[in-house]
Amino acid sequence: MNSTPMSFHQRVSHALADGQLRVALDRTTERFTLNRVAGLASLPDADAVRDRARSIRLHTLSRLDEYLEQFEANVTSVGGQVHWASDAQEANEIVLDLARSRSVKRVVKSKSMVSEEIELNQALISGGVDVVESDLGEYIIQLAGETPSHIIAPAVHKTREQIGQLLADKLGVPMTDDPVEMTATARSALREVFLQSEMGLSGVNFGVASTGSLAIVTNEGNASLTVTAPRIHVAMMGIERVVPTLDDLAVMLLVLARSATGQKLTVYTDLLTGPRRGDPDGPEELHVVLLDNGRSRLVGTEVGEILACIRCGACLNACPVYQQIGGHAYGSVYSGPIGAVLTPSLDREGPWHVLPEASSLCGACREVCPVRIDIPRMLLALRAETVRSGKANQWVRIGFWLYRIAATKPWLFRCGVSMVRQLTKMFFVNGWLLRLPSPLSSWTQSREFPVIASRTFSEEMRDREEGSGDE
Amino acid sequence: MPETIFSVQLFATCLVDAIRPAAGLATLRLLERLGVKVIVPSGQTCCGQPAFNSGCLADARAMARYTIDLLEKSSAPIVVPSGSCGDMIVHRYRELLADDPAYASKAERVAARTYELSQYLSDVLKVQDVGARCRRTIAYHPSCHLLRGLGVRSAPSQLLDSIADARCVSFPGAEDCCGFGGTFAVKMGEISSAMLDRKLDAIVESGADTVVACDAGCLMHIEGGLKRRGSNVAVRHLAEVLVESE
Repeated sequence: MNSTPMSFHQRVSHALADGQLRVALDRTTERFTLNRVAGLASLPDADAVRDRARSIRLHTLSRLDEYLEQFEANVTSVGGQVHWASDAQEANEIVLDLARSRSVKRVVKSKSMVSEEIELNQALISGGVDVVESDLGEYIIQLAGETPSHIIAPAVHKTREQIGQLLADKLGVPMTDDPVEMTATARSALREVFLQSEMGLSGVNFGVASTGSLAIVTNEGNASLTVTAPRIHVAMMGIERVVPTLDDLAVMLLVLARSATGQKLTVYTDLLTGPRRGDPDGPEELHVVLLDNGRSRLVGTEVGEILACIRCGACLNACPVYQQIGGHAYGSVYSGPIGAVLTPSLDREGPWHVLPEASSLCGACREVCPVRIDIPRMLLALRAETVRSGKANQWVRIGFWLYRIAATKPWLFRCGVSMVRQLTKMFFVNGWLLRLPSPLSSWTQSREFPVIASRTFSEEMRDREEGSGDE
Repeated sequence: MPETIFSVQLFATCLVDAIRPAAGLATLRLLERLGVKVIVPSGQTCCGQPAFNSGCLADARAMARYTIDLLEKSSAPIVVPSGSCGDMIVHRYRELLADDPAYASKAERVAARTYELSQYLSDVLKVQDVGARCRRTIAYHPSCHLLRGLGVRSAPSQLLDSIADARCVSFPGAEDCCGFGGTFAVKMGEISSAMLDRKLDAIVESGADTVVACDAGCLMHIEGGLKRRGSNVAVRHLAEVLVESE
């Protein structure tokens, strides 16, 4: 995971000032959100299916070791090979070794967030292997030299006008903002790449333990070519992405595309079981790289349920914070509510404890999650962990300690309220404070702050009691 | 005056107490008008939600224990004119004190008899029309913790719809967060402001002359933003408009 030199707050300011970004985010998050509602409405009982999907994911996580062993055994029995990678470096070395030992010069990739997480492209390129992304969004950001800003729509931060300009600059084609024309341009550029690549690298949406199958969903069919045209197929998979059976996979597919884009199914759903075995097509070799990279450590912890995530991106689209700042401001590969939990959980030493603060805890993410992950609860757990480990802002800790002392002694609380009232009275204009000192100044940059009432509710109640005593 | 058969404790919350006492007084008047005997336990302070949301669990626990002790002095149901403080007491106290043998069951008991105001009116008193009358065009902002925390979606709207002479208008993104989020509004001031801007644009666009919510936090945030814009749109707690009779 790459940390950028700018601070989180700087990236946020940058994002909020970017008019093009706001246009792009408004267009897509709203469309995704509305489509999701319609998509789920097409299920007879969406709530029951979500409950079923949740229970499958939680059951799998509760016996993750067994299902992974079963998955490995079945991948092996159909002629594939499983490689276990405990961290990013190991995973990159495994792929680079495979490429080198088989004289691979060029790799074509379909979409894989795991490969982004471990920065596989950089590792391959510095190892002398050429890498080309074949997912249209990934292709665009590769051309732009950027990172994905959304789990399922990596170039969501760009308007189609910006993409047209990028293609014109990089590929020398005429400028257009017509998505059909732009897609045709990318398609013809990529067609050659598929034919010339010795290795196809894909992500995995789900690995099926009982059969050793890999399920990969796309809308462009690029994964289908990635995993069949080249000689070697390498599939990058997080260890949590296993499901027990094909029936369980079917349940997950019912909610995945609906939650992501509102589609009943993606245009292509590839189900791959082993390499070529006497068939005319398919890769000669299949390698599955199972990545841990901090995941197994989360099982059974307060944030363990985050491993149930199926990477639909619905929480990003629904999140009012993501809608404002987009994915890049988070500074991590995974953005939005899921990223704010996953990133600091997987990379505990990283500079990520600010991410769980980037939420108003509104609960929109929990409402849309197809497997009902209680993301706000995990953000709270991570905030508590930040305080416990001493990384929290000192004024927050001292402030709440003082507040607690006052709030558990009513006379002190009353005194405190009176004192603040006296203080604010010195500065208010028409009952409002127009400017507060740091660290509260960010409130009054865009809002007035109320003053303490001249008679608080408890003072009114005391008067009332005294009044009734006189009667 | 109808015969008193219901008796409740009013937990006003710290924000209503200090910033918006009118909402507390209106809640009191409304309940009494509906024949409910209202006890206002003295010595009430803060439920501890701000500390809890900031990860200061030890402080939050101390405030939760204090509030539980206060509310356990009576077995009467508790009415809270705030969705987020209600959610704190109903859902978070249990989590926070689950491992505290002295308080775990008390937390459960208090949670089980705590209601947000509109929830109490609609679910316990079964009231949908409180006989209010006012000439207002109302935009209702469902606060996040009331809507998605306590799951109260229709009660406030039904109560508002029943006000004579008032008209309720809808606006896009009504269920989106206003950007308050307690300390979030300060820690993430820029994001919070951007969220508020979107909310205020939609409210102003709707043609409403009054915004109503069931949470003093959202109200002070929205009102502070409207004041900065120089807007005339009024900001009221649900209870404040429900006691109006013009």
